[in-house]
Amino acid sequence: MILLKMILKNAFRRKVRTGLTVLAFAIAILAFGLLRTVIGAWYAGVESSSANRLITRNAVSLIFPLPLSYYEKIRHAEGVTSVSYGNWFGGIYISEKNFFANFAIQPETYLGLYPEYILPEDQKEAFLRDRRGFVAGRKLAERFGWDIGDVVTLKGTIYPGNWDFELKGIYRGRTQNTDETQFFFHWQYLNETIRQTMPSMADKVGFYLIGVRDPNHSADVAREIDAMFRNSPAETLTETEAAFIMGFISMSQAIIQVINVVSIVVIIIILAVVANTMAMTTRERIGEYAVLKTLGYTGLHITILIVGEALVITFLGSLLGIALTYPAAAGFKQGLSAFFPIFNIERSTIWYDLGIAGAVGFAASFIPAVQAVRIRIADGLRRIG
Amino acid sequence: MDKQSSIVEIRNVYKCYYKGDLVVPVLSDITFDIARGEFLAIMGPSGSGKSTLLNLIAGIDRLDSGSIVIDDVDISTLSETELAGWRSGNVGFIFQFYNLIPVLTAFENVDLPLHLTGLSKKERREHVEAALNMVNLTPRMDHYPSQLSGGEQQRVAIARAIVIDPAILVADEPTGDLDRKSASDVLDLMDRLNTELNKTIIMVTHDPHAAERAHVIRHLEKGEFST
Ligand SMILES: Nc1ncnc2c1ncn2[C@@H]1O[C@H](COP(=O)(O)OP(=O)(O)OP(=O)(O)O)[C@@H](O)[C@H]1O
Ligand SMILES: [Mg+2]
Repeated sequence: MILLKMILKNAFRRKVRTGLTVLAFAIAILAFGLLRTVIGAWYAGVESSSANRLITRNAVSLIFPLPLSYYEKIRHAEGVTSVSYGNWFGGIYISEKNFFANFAIQPETYLGLYPEYILPEDQKEAFLRDRRGFVAGRKLAERFGWDIGDVVTLKGTIYPGNWDFELKGIYRGRTQNTDETQFFFHWQYLNETIRQTMPSMADKVGFYLIGVRDPNHSADVAREIDAMFRNSPAETLTETEAAFIMGFISMSQAIIQVINVVSIVVIIIILAVVANTMAMTTRERIGEYAVLKTLGYTGLHITILIVGEALVITFLGSLLGIALTYPAAAGFKQGLSAFFPIFNIERSTIWYDLGIAGAVGFAASFIPAVQAVRIRIADGLRRIG
Repeated sequence: MDKQSSIVEIRNVYKCYYKGDLVVPVLSDITFDIARGEFLAIMGPSGSGKSTLLNLIAGIDRLDSGSIVIDDVDISTLSETELAGWRSGNVGFIFQFYNLIPVLTAFENVDLPLHLTGLSKKERREHVEAALNMVNLTPRMDHYPSQLSGGEQQRVAIARAIVIDPAILVADEPTGDLDRKSASDVLDLMDRLNTELNKTIIMVTHDPHAAERAHVIRHLEKGEFST
């Protein structure tokens, strides 16, 4: 009806002012969306982790290894279906900028414990046969343009020297949340080489990966494993994969807090911007509202006009912001794939974006609307001329 | 009802404004009647309270004491919402600065008061066209106020005032912002509304030419009638 028409026309009366407010809102929504997506990316590893995988590491610190001899003992623990192990290799490909995760692993068992890494059967066999072979995630291979058969050299940081590997397989993730940016090679290859160069570091593993039969009992299994090595020179700490990853994240918990606070601050700022626009707009139109009231329009009509106009601005800004968030997130995903292998905009972020538009629209126009409704007609009419 | 009966009965009306602690009396003990079908002009120096009095009669301001009875309704006892409903059906407003809504066309401006009635779209259209025809602006009905001259805008405002067919028209310096020619067109129109449609017109004006058209002229001075 006529009010709707007036709302839309009023919203675009001051094109520059409305345009700038819409743009500011869109940028705030973009910032909010990206910040939320960053936090989501941080937790993505936890979400994709499996409840029936445990990780055992040195109780003192992750940087101290465990003896390989624990393997057999863990394998025979109650409730354990399969055990694998590996080391963080920390190799650099050409330059430090090209960071990605690379591990030396026991291949058969490791791949067995990660069914979400999907590797074609022929590639898997080729990898298992060749000790110098490696497999890479799809995104990692795409990033550097590697093909099967390519030789890739990593420069060791923990284990010195240049290490050559041949690409035998490229795995895909079963779901969108599976990390496709990792690099795995044979633990045997690492161990045999350092047995010659640094014998003291040989036959040591960074972590054990354990499959449990019943995830409901993983806590018992973990307790039992840790009990086996109590009072030994290398005591262990066993936790679920999710808890293990959370341990990494909690180091950055403070940063996540900051990001959360920044998201809220962004919304408060945009609320102030929209409120200011609405205050200016309403002040300019006090005379018109007085005329409408003279004709018999009520406070409710005036409120609808003012709140409606604010909502037009915030929803336009929100839709524009959402439209910008997708390409921006795609850009981030490409640029930061090493740090955030999973960087997807969650559906809930879009609902938040729309919710913010509604909430800010109401909040920003509430006071101007109350003022416009309260002003006496005679005073409002005086403002004209 | 015979023509001599009063449509407006104003009794002992007082009104003052507060400027901080200072009380500024504007109207004191105003009592008079306006006959049905009368064309009344209220004159007086600036600040004498003319607009205030007109606003009280039109139900857009509140009096401090006394009463204003219009067509047997004591409007001083109505609530804000009741008053809004009463205005929308009983009073047509004509302002010095036309006060059209700039984002609406002439047609839509005239249509505005009808949205508060239960009329169908078709009925509204008929009323709007009749009103625009009365003020001779049918060809300009799709123009926006900014595309119309001052005189034309004032005629649209008059069409908006009469579209609800009110018994009373109030006009606060309707020619105050117009040139001679447009002013006389507007006054001709008001004449016709008074004689042909029998509207009661209450007009505040500084302009002696405008006042000449009225049947009765009252002079307000410092909140009291001097004649
Ligand atoms: N809202 C208000 N607050 C304080 N004083 C007011 C207010 N409205 C009107 N007044 C004062 O009341 C007095 C009468 O005002 P009013 O507008 O009725 O005069 P007027 O006769 O219409 O004058 P003009 O010919 O200049 O339009 C003036 O002194 C004015 O300053
Ligand atoms: Mg006045």
